[in-house]
Amino acid sequence: MSAATAPTMPKMPSSETLKQAGRVGSSPTPSQLLPDATLIRWLRDMMLIREFELRTMAAYQQAKIGGFCHIYIGQEATVVGTFAAVNHDDPVVTAYRDHGHALARGMTPEACMAEMYGKLHGCAKGKGGSMHMFDRPNHLYGGHGIVGAQTALGAGLAFAARYDWEVLNKAPGAPVLDGSGHPADRPRTPAGKKVCLCYLGDGALNQGCFHESLNLAGLFGLPVIYVVENNGYSMGTSIERGTTMAHNLVLKAAGYGIEGIEIDGLDLLSLYDKFKPYADRCRENQRPGFVDLKTYRYQGHSMSDPQKYRTKEEVQKYQERDSIDRLAAVLMSPKGEPAVGGHLGRGCLSEEQFKDMQREIKEEVRLAVEFAEQSPSPEAAEELYTDVYANPQPGLSSIRDYHHGVRNSLL
Amino acid sequence: MASLTLVQAINLALTQEMEADDRVVMLGEDIGKNGGVFRVTEGLQARFGADRVIDSPLAESGIIGTAIGMAMAGLRPVPEIQFEGFLGPAYDQIVNHAARYRTRSRGSVTIPITIRVPVGGGIHAPELHSDSPEAIYVHTPGIKVVMPSSPYDAKGLLISAIRDPDPVIFFEPKRIYRAFREEVPEDEYTIPIGKAKIVESGNDLTVISWGATVLQCVEALDKLPEDLSVELIDLRTCYPIDQDCLIESVNKTGRCVIVHEAPKTCGLGAEIATIIQEHCFLSLRAPVQRVCGFDTIMPYYKLELEYLPNADRIAESILACAAY
Ligand SMILES: Cc1ncc(C[n+]2csc(CCOP(=O)(O)OP(=O)(O)O)c2C)c(N)n1
Ligand SMILES: [Mg+2]
Repeated sequence: MSAATAPTMPKMPSSETLKQAGRVGSSPTPSQLLPDATLIRWLRDMMLIREFELRTMAAYQQAKIGGFCHIYIGQEATVVGTFAAVNHDDPVVTAYRDHGHALARGMTPEACMAEMYGKLHGCAKGKGGSMHMFDRPNHLYGGHGIVGAQTALGAGLAFAARYDWEVLNKAPGAPVLDGSGHPADRPRTPAGKKVCLCYLGDGALNQGCFHESLNLAGLFGLPVIYVVENNGYSMGTSIERGTTMAHNLVLKAAGYGIEGIEIDGLDLLSLYDKFKPYADRCRENQRPGFVDLKTYRYQGHSMSDPQKYRTKEEVQKYQERDSIDRLAAVLMSPKGEPAVGGHLGRGCLSEEQFKDMQREIKEEVRLAVEFAEQSPSPEAAEELYTDVYANPQPGLSSIRDYHHGVRNSLL
Repeated sequence: MASLTLVQAINLALTQEMEADDRVVMLGEDIGKNGGVFRVTEGLQARFGADRVIDSPLAESGIIGTAIGMAMAGLRPVPEIQFEGFLGPAYDQIVNHAARYRTRSRGSVTIPITIRVPVGGGIHAPELHSDSPEAIYVHTPGIKVVMPSSPYDAKGLLISAIRDPDPVIFFEPKRIYRAFREEVPEDEYTIPIGKAKIVESGNDLTVISWGATVLQCVEALDKLPEDLSVELIDLRTCYPIDQDCLIESVNKTGRCVIVHEAPKTCGLGAEIATIIQEHCFLSLRAPVQRVCGFDTIMPYYKLELEYLPNADRIAESILACAAY
């Protein structure tokens, strides 16, 4: 189901199952302690991603977006739930299925959409495109196109974070690690303990770089959590066909001295409840983590995927457990009453408010598309050579030598 | 004789070589059940079985390294890498292993693999899916590098590559995978590796190119005055370079324009220009010209067409060189 229609209430669990699940009458879970407004914001974040992706698909189909496009629909809870458990200044790095990460980290839908349009007002002037969303102010160190290669970057970001806290904090006048160079004019605010979130797909588990990175992280004690967004497929290859120990991935991490956990990625509240204490521990102990986050993508791998490798029934089975529907149902269910997924209803969202939210989001994304359409395209003469080196380099093959016949070295 | 696209011609060559030789096996990401990202290997797993057309895990270093091991033992693996950008993780295996084993073993071990890789820009792909890295591998002794520009050549060259005792990187220009058809004989035939093709004969100026850019050169010829007689050479094999063909042509015409998609600096054009000045110095009537990609990261699709050499840029360079 898309966020465009109101959720139907999924079947209620019996109070017996709830007791077994320990949700009723036991101590509150981390998410139960959060204010309603936070949970409503999570719902909104997931709905925004979904609506954004629907418009992205439409724009791609109209050939307004080029490159390849990997849609995040179905996986919204993974990014919203894991981000919720860390701080905004904890570094994040991910693979190419990255629109959700960009939006949830705080990139405006305008900048994200314009990037995919290849326009100048995109987050990277339209140079990176769909697969390479960068947002340094929001501590998002990119989507990455080479499957698995970002896992080493996660280790490096975590190293720098730990170094900042352990070493630079104690060195008077030490530089600030924010890309601004040296701190002469900027006093250093003491760095806290950080934890890096490094996302990867299940396919990336098969790359050598992943194993090198886990070993490094385990060996050096790097505060990085490898979050496997395990949607069961690497393009057309199911995880069972491509990866050993698919049924027990945490054992892979165990081999590197990392204690991993498995989490159901379709239920945002239980995801948060499990992930939050885990992330806190990784931060506190400055140790790596590994999460097998089981999720599902509803769309094809990219926009040109005939999906011969799975059945419609399988997709439908997951859609029936849709994360947006589930959270909406919990928020709408009467306060304290048993609701879907063994959670207690919050009674903090009416049908009306939900619909208003949908309308607002639709409008927000519509404006983002409009913005992208109207944003100027980059000019070759201006942009082909900018941002290649920090300082302009002499002696590069001059674009003017060829461009539009302006000057030819023989003319 | 059938009229085939590049994809179909390659598929046909693979089919026929697999039929002819049980030692030929293929491995790559999604090449079996799905037929590959560009559907080049469509139907092959159904026909030859999952033992010979192997769906591998997502692991380029593993794919190429395993293929090299298979080749050491006498198989003839034809691994596929999905896009040239993903040669990165496999680079170590190609350059430090495949290229060197014959030398390292004093000729006792040879590596008959053919690494198939879609190459180049022009399909509105993102970064890492549009590069032209042929010069990197040309600069790696021990490897042969092939890049056809037509279905007919692709079939003949691929069969040669598979039968070749040495490692071959077979670059397939992805923007012409389905761009046009050509008559391709049903029977097996080979085109020798290391032989260029004269696409168009002429006397006034030589244009040298390879891969999909050959098509832009053909287009550029149409923009030239009737009385300018241009010889167009399709290199077909980037290494070993058919020096004789190039030298003979430029000694005849005295003028030369080299066209390639890769960045200009240290592109293969630089090597060819050097060969020409070494061998044709006294025949040259103008400096050798290069029309290339720029020394920048291959841009995302909005600027892609500005980056790729087009017929106008090529024609302009030809005219300048001819008028020198
Ligand atoms: C090194 C490398 N090899 C191959 C590819 C092509 N490719 C892109 S995505 C993908 C599948 C990745 O699956 P997974 O890691 O599970 O991520 P998901 O798409 O499910 O999010 C492949 C093979 C690539 N981008 N990089
Ligand atoms: Mg996956």
